[in-house]
Amino acid sequence: MSAPEVYEVPQPPVDAGDGLAEDRRAGESLGRVALRRLVRNPGAIVGALIVVAFVLVALLAPLLAPYGPGELPGRAEVRPTFIPGPSGDHPLGLDRYGADVLSQLIWGARASLLIGVLSTLLGLAGGMLVGLLAGAFGGWVDSVAMRFVDLMLAVPSLLLAVSIAAVAGPTPTSVVIAIGVVQVPVFARLLRGSMLAQRGQDYVLAARSLGLSRRTVTMSHVLPNSVSPVIVQATLLLATAVIEAAALSFLGLGGGSPTTAEWGRMLVAAQNELEIAPRLALWPGVCISVTALGFTLFGEALREALDPRSRRR
Amino acid sequence: MTRLVLRRLALLVPTLFGLSILLFLWVRALPGGPATALLGERATPEAVERINELYGFDRPLPEQYVTWLGQLLQGNFGASTRTGRPVLEEFLARFPATIELSLVALLVAVGVGIPLGYLAARYQGRAVDHVAVVVSLLGVTIPVFFLAFLLKWLFAVQLGWFPSSGRQDPAMIATHPTGFYVLDGLLTREWDASWDAFVHLLLPAVALGSIPLAIIARITRASVIDVQHADYVRTARAKGLAHGHLRRRVILHNAMLPVSTTIGLQVGLLLSGAVLTETVFAYPGIGKFLSDAIFALDYAVLQGFILLIAIVYALVNLAVDVSYGLIDPRMRAR
Repeated sequence: MSAPEVYEVPQPPVDAGDGLAEDRRAGESLGRVALRRLVRNPGAIVGALIVVAFVLVALLAPLLAPYGPGELPGRAEVRPTFIPGPSGDHPLGLDRYGADVLSQLIWGARASLLIGVLSTLLGLAGGMLVGLLAGAFGGWVDSVAMRFVDLMLAVPSLLLAVSIAAVAGPTPTSVVIAIGVVQVPVFARLLRGSMLAQRGQDYVLAARSLGLSRRTVTMSHVLPNSVSPVIVQATLLLATAVIEAAALSFLGLGGGSPTTAEWGRMLVAAQNELEIAPRLALWPGVCISVTALGFTLFGEALREALDPRSRRR
Repeated sequence: MTRLVLRRLALLVPTLFGLSILLFLWVRALPGGPATALLGERATPEAVERINELYGFDRPLPEQYVTWLGQLLQGNFGASTRTGRPVLEEFLARFPATIELSLVALLVAVGVGIPLGYLAARYQGRAVDHVAVVVSLLGVTIPVFFLAFLLKWLFAVQLGWFPSSGRQDPAMIATHPTGFYVLDGLLTREWDASWDAFVHLLLPAVALGSIPLAIIARITRASVIDVQHADYVRTARAKGLAHGHLRRRVILHNAMLPVSTTIGLQVGLLLSGAVLTETVFAYPGIGKFLSDAIFALDYAVLQGFILLIAIVYALVNLAVDVSYGLIDPRMRAR
């Protein structure tokens, strides 16, 4: 049964319970309404600017960074009790091994953002698959999927990530897998709940009574209307992913050598220099926090744009 | 009430059972297998073979699992390859330290978070509201271990107001009947020991409490704003209820339900955060021991600690759920 040209495929009602209809102009798509709201929100602008800035730095690292990722230009200047601070050649100073801190931060943006984005994509893909199976089939498939989700949520997230990274070995790839897998139950539960809520809507009943197959109803009606909370959560979890990647590095599971340009790694190395060069901990910490702030601000604004009920908060 | 507790306890069994299977397979999936987990990374092939025979690691997996589960149920979680002592013993020796730290962190979070969120809602749009919004944003975006660094550097290294590491001054001679150092000092009337332990707790507790604080402040604010606009509050006001009474008995009381749910949800965050905070402050709790075990690839400790932490986590969640029944009669019906 797939002959939409014969009759009008029922479109979701304009107000699908999310209140988006209120400030919708004639003929305007719901996506445009959300976009218009987003642009009006200062939090969204600041968040987006931060994210775009860091993404640009990560992409343009070869052009921006004064030195390469593994270069140690100031090797000869570092003494056991002295690490040179900011100077003309090195605006943010050197680290213990004589690497230029500014260059390390710029290359580190690449590593940290890549790990954050890849792990969230992995979590999103896995979680949506599990959530879709549970939400679409219900019954025993749902029960099995949700017990699996409960099981993963039985261990505090960082410890789950630690156990996965410990099996996979200390490499950046295993960090991506660990953080991604930890996000799977979050997305799965969210999509399932959202799909269950949509399944009871009138437009689904209408589509079903027109004789559309379960697959068509699920894939082209229920699913598209259920993904917005998942997208919001993905934006917010990007912040968590960047922080957790640094945490795993901090616990020695990030792999790489002490001179690898990655924010978490830099923060770990700085721990030993707290007495003589505390600034070494400051910069990577600030970068992680600001990146997380950018994703969080943007995610919150996205949530408000898509769900006006949360606006007052 | 009793039925609720029993039903939740019954639900716990399959979860822990599933988790034990996963953790059992986890050790089998390690590079080198379970013998390496017991002997450490530098084991010779002969030693591995002997261990495999001795412990039955060459037997079929289901048989191994049953044996292992039987040992677990008798409290045998294996031994640490690093210290040679039983995993359960190591866990119990450090558990009071982590409970003490988590409780103080939760006190900081609740003690600051609820008043901050409440004031922000009451004076919406004013300075205190802006402070609350900034605090609740920074709390979730600054990594716990970075905040711990900053606190340690500023208040311990630069200003010297607080000790930078440990649980108690090593020179302090104190007796520890319970393992909760602050409490021990009070019980044995060693006031200076109690104070010293408390001072050691403060910086790590503030760092660990930062995320729950941010979340609690945020939920309190949102919840109070919601309740302020509720119909029953308008009715109470129309009936002429005194302002103070209205605020304390009606608004605050009703706004606390989502907040208490949120507080219960922070346990997992505290346990995760404890691993990082205890590492920065060299605080001898289960978190520090766990992070040492990660660096030493002490898999027996990792496996045992994760299972034990999951049990603690599940029991605390159960206790939290049951306490909702006490706070909100509507919950009991379910």
